[in-house]
Amino acid sequence: MSAHSKDHYFVPDSSAYPFLCSIALFFIAMGGASFLNGYAIGPTLFSIGMLGMGCLLFIWFRKVIIESPDYNMDVDKSFRMGMTWFIFSEVMFFAAFFGALYYLRMLAVPWLAETELLWPGFEATWPSTGPQGAELLGGVAPTATSIAEGTEYALIDPWHLPLYNTLILLASSVTLTIAHHALRANQRKQLIIWLAITVALGAIFLFFQAEEYIEAYTELGLTMGTGVYGSTFFMLTGFHGFHVCLGAFILLVVLIRCMRGHFTPERHFVFEAGAWYWHFVDTVWVGLFIFVYIL
Amino acid sequence: MSHAATAHDHDHDHHDHKPPFFQRWFMSTNHKDIGTLYLIFSLAMLFIGGAMALVIRAELWQPGLQFVDPHFFNQMTTVHALVMVFGAVMPGFVGFANWMIPLMVGAPDMALPRMNNWSFWILPFAFTILLSSFFVPGGAPASGWTLYAPLTIQGGMSVDMGIVAIHMMGISSIMGAINVIVTVLNMRAPGMTLMKMPMFVWTWLITAFLLIAVMPVFAGAVTMLLTDRHFGTAFFNPAGGGDPVLYQHIFWFFGHPEVYIMILPAFGIISHIIPTFARKPLFGYSSMVFATAAIAFLSFIVWAHHMFTVGMPLQGELFFMYATMLISVPTGVKVFNWVTTMWRGSMTFETPMLYAIGVVFLFTLGGLSGLMLAITPADFQYHDTYFVVAHFHYVLFSGAVMAMMGGAFFWLPKWTGHMYNETLGKIHFWLTAIFFNITFFPQHFLGLAGMPRRYADYPVQFTEFNQISSFGAFGLGLSQILFVYIIVATVRGGKKATAEVWEKPEGLEWTVPSPAPFHTFDEPPVVK
Repeated sequence: MSAHSKDHYFVPDSSAYPFLCSIALFFIAMGGASFLNGYAIGPTLFSIGMLGMGCLLFIWFRKVIIESPDYNMDVDKSFRMGMTWFIFSEVMFFAAFFGALYYLRMLAVPWLAETELLWPGFEATWPSTGPQGAELLGGVAPTATSIAEGTEYALIDPWHLPLYNTLILLASSVTLTIAHHALRANQRKQLIIWLAITVALGAIFLFFQAEEYIEAYTELGLTMGTGVYGSTFFMLTGFHGFHVCLGAFILLVVLIRCMRGHFTPERHFVFEAGAWYWHFVDTVWVGLFIFVYIL
Repeated sequence: MSHAATAHDHDHDHHDHKPPFFQRWFMSTNHKDIGTLYLIFSLAMLFIGGAMALVIRAELWQPGLQFVDPHFFNQMTTVHALVMVFGAVMPGFVGFANWMIPLMVGAPDMALPRMNNWSFWILPFAFTILLSSFFVPGGAPASGWTLYAPLTIQGGMSVDMGIVAIHMMGISSIMGAINVIVTVLNMRAPGMTLMKMPMFVWTWLITAFLLIAVMPVFAGAVTMLLTDRHFGTAFFNPAGGGDPVLYQHIFWFFGHPEVYIMILPAFGIISHIIPTFARKPLFGYSSMVFATAAIAFLSFIVWAHHMFTVGMPLQGELFFMYATMLISVPTGVKVFNWVTTMWRGSMTFETPMLYAIGVVFLFTLGGLSGLMLAITPADFQYHDTYFVVAHFHYVLFSGAVMAMMGGAFFWLPKWTGHMYNETLGKIHFWLTAIFFNITFFPQHFLGLAGMPRRYADYPVQFTEFNQISSFGAFGLGLSQILFVYIIVATVRGGKKATAEVWEKPEGLEWTVPSPAPFHTFDEPPVVK
């Protein structure tokens, strides 16, 4: 098995990366848990873990890139299937949070209102922050003191930044597809231009998202602690934003590899995997725009 | 290296080069070695979790508090369950999958070998975190393995350690499951169509699908716990508009398919053992496949039967009752097929066959008590009593764990190249089966009489049954030392096993020598 040839399925030689990555993951997990419980060692452990994981994934992927000429079409197919099922697992991860949103909005809050003995006078509305949460203001912004005390909050206007972000992400899916066509037609310059535009659009999206969060926290009084509305809002948009970061990073790496002349019109699995991932976060955003911002 | 399907029994070592120790066991990309690691890990966890169970049974030997305080008792019930579910049963089956799936489908290895090793190595670290939570202030999680809010919102650092450990186990399971699916769908030998696949492969394919579908949901649930604990969110807090019942819904949306994740591969193992020792092909192969798929589908729409007493609308109670009862149809198909496979077969009763028959009989008992629990009005009486404890140990111990023991005896000659000691094997079966029933059968009566689970103390009228149960538990625990002895003895020596091991067994794994060479099927075999 020492000599690899394309007639055979590529079975890699023994590798230390998985074991070392597990140690890094251990540091991340223990560091995170200690940090949350106020142990001073937490951030250090966490940073060591993250740094180690970053370096390890870099050299692991580097190794895969170097090996890739030895992969035959069966290996390519394994990678494709693997990525597809990974995205499916991500779909189910978001499904848990969407499910929580629907349950809270359609069932939990109305039931709380029906239970007169428990919280008399509480009425079911959406957005809701529950019987003891902040009060929703329409039209006016909450004052600085009420924001500090967490007693009042206002909503984000979906037809401002969120709408721009929707258009940006939808446009980025289009530019990414143009880049893919260029890659298949072997137009390298076009490929790099359109892929760079895609990455830039992702960065602009993240910038607007950060802007929106700052506005929510400093001007609208909308935080993670603003009852179930704030909880679901920040959990869903936050995890989505994290996935956009990841997707944009993947595409950035693909862009750098394109600039270095990697990939051929026939074989470019990583490009396609990154593109699938990007379309996936795009689709999740459309769901968010509809169910979190508009409705 | 093209000796794929030839059965020369010895002298393959010189072109069967194995790497040095550290490289072989810590850096492996070999499905057999990684499978072995999984199996050893699972066995170690079986003993750790089992020791916790014995603490529980020692405390319940008589009413009052003798050995441990109630808080530690709750830590024992919680961590016993987490260790057994995520440490013993799931990794055990992944070990079987790693060893057997490439052999059964004629693949050179798992599809993504390095990721395979990562899936394994995450586990020891995850369980280091979970088990070290005993030593932080407040002790280990004590909320029950379901980690229900609001108890877990109030717990100490150990809850966070439990949550990050679960995240790691989830990453491991998802990567492992992706590997299984890709191997099965992409690496089958030419000619092996889906409907010619061995049953174990089929059951694992469907199990892997369940894992990918529900482990992320569990990750989402514990993430919400984490943010409720530390970042001020109100998912499970009614004062902020949340609902602790939401946690239960999300948890059991994961938790019920999880039950089938732990039993479907056991069904697969049984479907290999029974035809071999009945010397007949499996009866109703395609109905077996469809029954497995039907069980998997139904497992997604029955979760709330774990929560009948939580206060759901009547329509919900009825829907989940009927949907749950529906599962007994495909499960019944399976039991019928196993029994019909044995019908008029030339049966012999070697250890694996004893286990298989034991599983069919005892698992069916667990299935029937499950049917009782599915009846909503009856469940109001049984809920959270020892009847539930008895029920799920009948399906998980005498279903999943005993199927793995049977599978271990069945394939041990293939793995080690030696036959195990048949007499000791049979003694181990009878000890396990008898002590298991002594432990858990009385718990049905305790539960029906109203003894609640997860309590360190009980009223005096429950004493006799509890003493019988504790006696059985210690017998069951001690019997497992014999299991380890048999395995170690078989690894070290014993009668040489032939390639076929048993009398004309079916499947590609029996066409390679015993022990299976380090690399198999470099050239794919052709399946007719």
